[in-house]
Amino acid sequence: MTAPAAEAEEASANWARARAGVGDRIFAGSALAAGLTILAALAGVFIFLAIKGASGFTKPAEVYGPHAESFLGYVLPLLVGTFTASVIALIIAVPLSFGIALVISHYAPRWIAAPVAYVIDLLAAVPSVVYGLWGAFFLANKLVPMHVWLHDHIGPIPIIGNLFGEPNPAGRSVLTAGIVLAIMILPIITAITREVFSRTPRLHEEAALALGATRWEMVRMTVFPYARSGMVSAVMLGLGRALGETMAVTMVLSVGFDLSWNIIATSSPTSIAANIALKYKERSADLLNVLVATGLVLFLMTFLVNFLARWIVGRSERRMAR
Amino acid sequence: MTTLEEVQTRVHVPLVQPRLPRQAPAVVGVIAVAFGALLLVLGLGIVGAVILGAVAYLIALPVWSLVIEGRRGATDRLMTGLIWTSFGIAVVPLVSLIWRVVSKGAGRIDGTFLSYSFFKTQIDQPVGVYHAIIGTLLVTLGAAIISVPVGVMAAIYLIEYGKGNKLAKAITFLVDVMTGIPSIVAGLFAFALFTLIFGPAYVSGVGGSVALSLLMIPIVVRATEEMLMLVPDDLREASYALGTPKWKTIVRIVLPTALGGILTGITLATSRVIGETAPLLLIAGATDRTNMNVFDGAMTTLPVLIYGQNLRGDAPAEAIAWGAAFILIVIVMVLNLAARIVGKIFAPKKG
Repeated sequence: MTAPAAEAEEASANWARARAGVGDRIFAGSALAAGLTILAALAGVFIFLAIKGASGFTKPAEVYGPHAESFLGYVLPLLVGTFTASVIALIIAVPLSFGIALVISHYAPRWIAAPVAYVIDLLAAVPSVVYGLWGAFFLANKLVPMHVWLHDHIGPIPIIGNLFGEPNPAGRSVLTAGIVLAIMILPIITAITREVFSRTPRLHEEAALALGATRWEMVRMTVFPYARSGMVSAVMLGLGRALGETMAVTMVLSVGFDLSWNIIATSSPTSIAANIALKYKERSADLLNVLVATGLVLFLMTFLVNFLARWIVGRSERRMAR
Repeated sequence: MTTLEEVQTRVHVPLVQPRLPRQAPAVVGVIAVAFGALLLVLGLGIVGAVILGAVAYLIALPVWSLVIEGRRGATDRLMTGLIWTSFGIAVVPLVSLIWRVVSKGAGRIDGTFLSYSFFKTQIDQPVGVYHAIIGTLLVTLGAAIISVPVGVMAAIYLIEYGKGNKLAKAITFLVDVMTGIPSIVAGLFAFALFTLIFGPAYVSGVGGSVALSLLMIPIVVRATEEMLMLVPDDLREASYALGTPKWKTIVRIVLPTALGGILTGITLATSRVIGETAPLLLIAGATDRTNMNVFDGAMTTLPVLIYGQNLRGDAPAEAIAWGAAFILIVIVMVLNLAARIVGKIFAPKKG
């Protein structure tokens, strides 16, 4: 082989490598940029809400409206409203979701399980505003007899009875909003628990059955212990969804400022998200700052809940991998 | 002799526990249905009859089982019943909601409803939701244009480049956390961002797109990530062995293999954000006219229109709201269906 030919070959190889190198660097760079964009977006949410909402924490008393004098006084009833509706939603949705997840993963034969899973996915696909419309125009009316019944029969019982005071004549209570929320968070809890239930090792299940366990005992002794952390985080993700859900509460609940235990009352405090949706139209700069500040509180709260949920899942996955 | 007696009494222990006959649940079920029907005839409402029928089933079968099979069997029967009941309860609202939307909304749909906006040039001009359909499509398209490149490239970084390093782990974790951001917070973010830049009264379609993309990106990342993980390493290594640079391997080998799943994920993400209301309420506003310019002026979308009609609350407004809800549900269902079909078409060929 002569020297010039070898040189030319080397040059062409270099050239090819160099060209590939440029392409690779551009591509890798843009992929990295996209990843960083996500981090930036998340940081941006916090930063922009903080900039816009910072002054909302310390406004003169009259900005906080007729019912409160400070930011704390303004946001506290909203927090109560947010948590009341979310807790009602969880109490209803969690047992139902676990049941449905068990139907899909362990109880139903395969040809029923697939359509069942599809139906639950459909629940997730329905837009929240349609749930709100359905809740406001249909469900609220249908639940009026239930409100009356609860007030008449459970109302007189001490302690628990406090929850069922004077009912809302149109059924637009926190209870109704919580029921609509429950339907909306049901799919996410079901999806996650179904996933962890179906990951239970087959051998554990068969061992339990071989020892003479009934099906429910098998579920209680092998499936639940194995899936516990997944179930906890599913509930927390459901809670995160319920805390931030806007439209169902906005459209269903009749808003007031009475802080009471009565969950079927005519005027209960609304949630943070719903309050923003109801008030943003006033567009006075001061009130907007306050609203953004409440939004920041909501963001940090849901961030914390989701963070904990994911952390629990991640920890258990690591433990399983070992 | 005493030992023989002992043996005889011991032999009497049964080897099999007594069981209910196989048809027991069906028999009790039929009786419960008959009981419910009886209550219905006696004048109880349909809801009450169904509830009491179900309760009757849930009590009767475990009690029968308790008598024959003992406590453990009874618990099992009861839990089985409860678990199936939970599924039944979840289906009720779905059926009720879809029936409601179809029965109230389908009748409102006609040519004028789809081709007129709220803006009247004559006093007796009919109204429709054309402006909201256009708004929905433009805002969602904008969100997809932002989210798809960012989401897909980020997933490529996570799987192909950053596999296992600290940054990739942090991004994966934060993407998971990001899926839980409340939609109204995304709206507030876009609102804060755009009003800081363009002044306090700013509303536009593109602001809505930015807010929606914040909700859409995590879904796209997760879907793409999962599909890229399924691409076998053999394919990548075969490509490298032929001297193909990494980026070309990704573009020509990895992405086409995963295309079906990625497109499905994108379609599902679109169907998820197309029904979002709260963020658009804040930043995209509402208008009666058809607005084709996403960078300037308010833009009504279908969910915002439904909310607005709900606030007005009179009969014609309610009819429009149900009609718009029907269109929205149809769009979402079509997107879901399309996602499945696309996934089938682009699925990697076997063999």
